[in-house]
Amino acid sequence: MKVFVVGLNHHTADVEVREKLAFNGPRLEDGLSRFRELPEVHEAIILSTCNRVELYANVGDTDKAVDSVKSFLSEFHAINKASLDKALYIYSDVQAVRHIFRVASSLDSMVVGEPQILGQLKDAFDFALKKKTTGILLNKLLKKAISVAKRVRTETRIAENAVSISFAAVELARKIFTNLSSKVCMLLGAGEMAELAAKHLITNGIKEVIVSNRTYERACDLASEFRSRAVRFEEFLQEMAGTDIVICSTGAPSFVLTKPQMQKVIRERKQRPVFIIDISVPRNIDPEVNHLDNVYLYNIDDLQGVVDANIFERKKEAEKAEGIIGEEIDTFLKWQSSLDSVPTIIALREKADEIKREELGKFFNKFPHVNGKEKEAIEYMTAAVINKLIHPPTSALKEDSEDRDVLIATVKRLYGIDDKA
Amino acid sequence: MGVILFELALTFYFAASIVSTIELFKGTKTTQRIMFSLAGAGFVLHTVSIIYRYLTAGHIPITNFHEATSFFSWCIVLIFFFLQAKYRISLLCSFIMPIVFVLMLSSSLLPREIKPLSPVLQSYWLGIHAVLAFLGNAAFALASGIGTMYLVQEHYVKSKRLGGLFERLPSLQILDEANYRLITLGFPLLTLAIITGAVWAESAWGSYWNWDTREVWSLVTWFIYAIILHARLVAGWRGKKAALLSIVGFLTILIAFYGIKLLRKGLHVFQ
Repeated sequence: MKVFVVGLNHHTADVEVREKLAFNGPRLEDGLSRFRELPEVHEAIILSTCNRVELYANVGDTDKAVDSVKSFLSEFHAINKASLDKALYIYSDVQAVRHIFRVASSLDSMVVGEPQILGQLKDAFDFALKKKTTGILLNKLLKKAISVAKRVRTETRIAENAVSISFAAVELARKIFTNLSSKVCMLLGAGEMAELAAKHLITNGIKEVIVSNRTYERACDLASEFRSRAVRFEEFLQEMAGTDIVICSTGAPSFVLTKPQMQKVIRERKQRPVFIIDISVPRNIDPEVNHLDNVYLYNIDDLQGVVDANIFERKKEAEKAEGIIGEEIDTFLKWQSSLDSVPTIIALREKADEIKREELGKFFNKFPHVNGKEKEAIEYMTAAVINKLIHPPTSALKEDSEDRDVLIATVKRLYGIDDKA
Repeated sequence: MGVILFELALTFYFAASIVSTIELFKGTKTTQRIMFSLAGAGFVLHTVSIIYRYLTAGHIPITNFHEATSFFSWCIVLIFFFLQAKYRISLLCSFIMPIVFVLMLSSSLLPREIKPLSPVLQSYWLGIHAVLAFLGNAAFALASGIGTMYLVQEHYVKSKRLGGLFERLPSLQILDEANYRLITLGFPLLTLAIITGAVWAESAWGSYWNWDTREVWSLVTWFIYAIILHARLVAGWRGKKAALLSIVGFLTILIAFYGIKLLRKGLHVFQ
């Protein structure tokens, strides 16, 4: 009874390999049931996302399991074993538990702290539950992994700061305006990054995104995509009085917005704040603009700086998270090792019951005149004696002690219990 | 009894300011909840102690320095809870509680005995005038606190260094709105306080305006806040300028309150 992990992720395999090994849609069901039926595999879960493919199992013999899982993967995905060997990592016992906890807590993710992985893991677990491929060990492990991830989420700030440029832009906008639902954003130029940032603003509930571009048709196209309006490039300055957020990426060789122009705009706006994001290189907006009151200008390097600082912050928080995981591994292992003695306890009880039944049978044969009431009393007394006798060894087996292995062996030998389990 | 209530309130404020300091650095949901419960308990006890003193003395307890300081702290906490209900600027508690505690501590060190009032102070105008003035000043005190928070947050955003309290401070817009709201609350209170003060002065000394130091300072303060409101409405002086002015305004009030106490001159000095 061992936790066992075979898998690959973005660190160990390119996207081509990950694609080939993915268990998508209908292949997941088929793959999961075949994985579960492998020799040595008692319980099975498959987690397949775009960044990782991982197989979790409860196995008997680790070495045999490695072989059978590898041949299963190479056969199922029609991929040769050599290229598999390069991509796969294999963990068992403590390492496997630690790995699953780290994956759930998003410490093993490409972007540490990203929240999707926990949902994906829950889905994988739910699917396995539905297909009844899990049992006592993996059920407990996955529930524990989910609660560990939640603990990490609440006790550290691992998922708090934006780690992509467009998220950082939205986060900043929120720190300037609170609520975006009454705010208007203008795209100056229609670069891909500006578009992405605008989409993030839309998902965060911004009222409107208007578009201005040197080629008016392109502006119209994009505007219709955002269900808003296009503005001729010559007229964008007039629009700025009603614009709270400007995302600029025009590719112009010089400044399209100067300090005196902005001064006029902010006066027209009665000093209502403006957040300007200049992601063009070379810069399109005079950096001096940032010195005006109520104007907040961020260029691409500034945003990257924010992102870098956040990533650094997350790394620090990740260390705290590792500590939490360490604690949780201990409690899980304690629970798991308490399972070791369960078969012996059951066998001991069965043995005692068997003796009781046999001896009572013999006794009642010898003394057939014993009536119902007396029979009951004798049965009751025998049960009491037997229970008293096996109580100390069972409770000793249940106890969490270091010499549990020795105890299990001793009990088996003393009571003549065979190794069936 | 009154002493016990006051000391208990002081103890709760002390605990709240300790927890609020922890909250400032740690910032978890639990510390926040404990901080608000302690501050709330302190406030309830404080309220009861003020009512008790009112019943014992038979007049509104704002007649000596001990009472005035205590009542001022009470006004600050009262307005803070109203502000919290609307804007949820929880971090403000971490700034306010230590100040409230220090005010209460200084109040506890001042002589507390209830003395018979001098005839000049025996007027219901005293109560109205003083309560209005203290509530107004408390609103201005909180406005300056919010203004400071605005300047800190503005500095983070402008300088593009988003560490420290950036995450925990609310948005610039909320801080600016709360600052404005507090000044629009404080200004009419101050105006009414000046008017009722004039009425009281007339009934006590026979003239509405005596050019007493305190009166002059109140007028200066009134003009400063009038300028803040006017500039905001007409020239759009919001954000940083409004925040700075609200701090300047409150400094003027502090000079008026403590400066005059030190000079020991004029009609407003407590006996």
